[in-house]
Amino acid sequence: MKSLSVPELLAKNRFELDEEESHIEVNQEVVKATGCGRAIVACCPAHVYTQEADGHISVEYAACLECGTCLAVAATGALKWHYPRGGFGIQFREG
Amino acid sequence: MTAPEVSQESEVDFDVIVVGAGVAGCVAAYQLAQQGRSVVLIERGEAPGSKNLSGGVLYCRGMQKVFPDFLQEAPVERRITRNYINFLNEQSSVGIDYKDSRLVEPVNAVTVLRAKLDPWLAEKCEEAGVFIMSSVRVDRVLTEDGPTGKRVVGVQAGDDELRAHVVIAADGVNSFIAQEVGLRTKQPLNHLATGVKCVVNLPKETVEARFNLTGDQGAAFAVVGDCTQGVGGGGFMYTNTDSISVGVVLRLDDLIAKDKVATEVFDHFLSHPFIAPYLEGGEVVEYGCHLVAEGGMAMVGQIAMDGLVVVGDAAGLTLNTGLTVRGMDLAVASAVAAATGIGSALDHKDTSTAGLAGYGEAFFASPAGQDMKTYAKAPGFLEVERMYKDYGELIGNVLYGIFNLDEQPREHLVKVAFKAFKRSPVKIKHLISDGFAGVRAL
Repeated sequence: MKSLSVPELLAKNRFELDEEESHIEVNQEVVKATGCGRAIVACCPAHVYTQEADGHISVEYAACLECGTCLAVAATGALKWHYPRGGFGIQFREG
Repeated sequence: MTAPEVSQESEVDFDVIVVGAGVAGCVAAYQLAQQGRSVVLIERGEAPGSKNLSGGVLYCRGMQKVFPDFLQEAPVERRITRNYINFLNEQSSVGIDYKDSRLVEPVNAVTVLRAKLDPWLAEKCEEAGVFIMSSVRVDRVLTEDGPTGKRVVGVQAGDDELRAHVVIAADGVNSFIAQEVGLRTKQPLNHLATGVKCVVNLPKETVEARFNLTGDQGAAFAVVGDCTQGVGGGGFMYTNTDSISVGVVLRLDDLIAKDKVATEVFDHFLSHPFIAPYLEGGEVVEYGCHLVAEGGMAMVGQIAMDGLVVVGDAAGLTLNTGLTVRGMDLAVASAVAAATGIGSALDHKDTSTAGLAGYGEAFFASPAGQDMKTYAKAPGFLEVERMYKDYGELIGNVLYGIFNLDEQPREHLVKVAFKAFKRSPVKIKHLISDGFAGVRAL
């Protein structure tokens, strides 16, 4: 079986995208001060987070699989992460 | 006599509000409805199951007590009759292949796909009279100051407020409700793992041929070693009817300490030369992940307070003994105990922490609850680094010394083992201490 990239894997899923509201907010100052950016980027199975050249973390919330791993590895205050609004986000068909 | 703790009948919309239509939430809602209680089950996904994901093995005896026809009616995939325990090294693979006809009947474990199972559970709830609200996210709980401190009286979702005598937080491992009311604090990373999984479609006949199965029998592979590039955790492969659930579970403290990328470890496992042939020709149909509570008993704190109980993953109820990884059966057991405890609390018109104490008592008296205590030392044991690399390589090298007839005169097994042992970072004292710890923990 051909090895698939994360975007290719995510393309197999069904998402109901909430176009109006992101459920993730990064506090760049806290990330910088605590150095937790690397862990957030490396642990997220959906590659939601990218560390940009200037060190700030960008977010692709539409790809989120809602597992909560980022919140677990982030320093306190680094992330505001809650579930998307009802009916939005990943909709598993297999699970 | 203290004043009755149940608020006046006119003030509540339901006897019980259940947040989260997973295994725990559905089973609790179902049993309470069967007691004749009015129950609402609130689910943030489009439909029950659409947010839910598990590795895939459900130890099903508890579920069968709740639904006697579970195996005949529910959309289960395969009945596990083959457990394969695999030390996977870079170049070698050593396994224990355990098949047992006694596991055929009575059925002990089944594979499930939660987006298929949970809608069935929710349907059972509806038949029993549970009111289901899908696509609704609970934003917070409603509390009031009571005689014994803060008391949960309902939930808020958007602009809507719902009130009940008891709220059940069945909102999963991230339980925002348990955190909000202070029953859960941020967990240390050695208590948490991330599970990364995909479902790979293959024809039914191919699944059966590759895993040496007949009919609706199934296999569960538990893999440790190079499969996770040495990161604490393991890989798994479970057979469904016409697909395979395959992935890794990675302990977060170790993933960070070893500076690995979760998706790269996942990819490494799927493309490992000992794993890839099982998946050859298959098509990935879904990719998902799930945070796993691995702290065992140490993670389970207070599970009830005035007006609220937590069940299943939300209560930290998962158990990894190294060989069996359990969550859904504990969800069932906690839900059954919660329904018993809440029923009694409602009967006695006392839904305070003390009134709900029957839940904890019933749970820890159940086989699942007792197992949580029995295996309390397992998480610490499974953090031993050697488990994920050195032991597998040691066994592989001993066997290589035996089977590699390289035109050199053979040596006695003891000598081969001794040489492999000398090259390995594993020392006699480790064998003794790990063996002793293992016996005590498992």
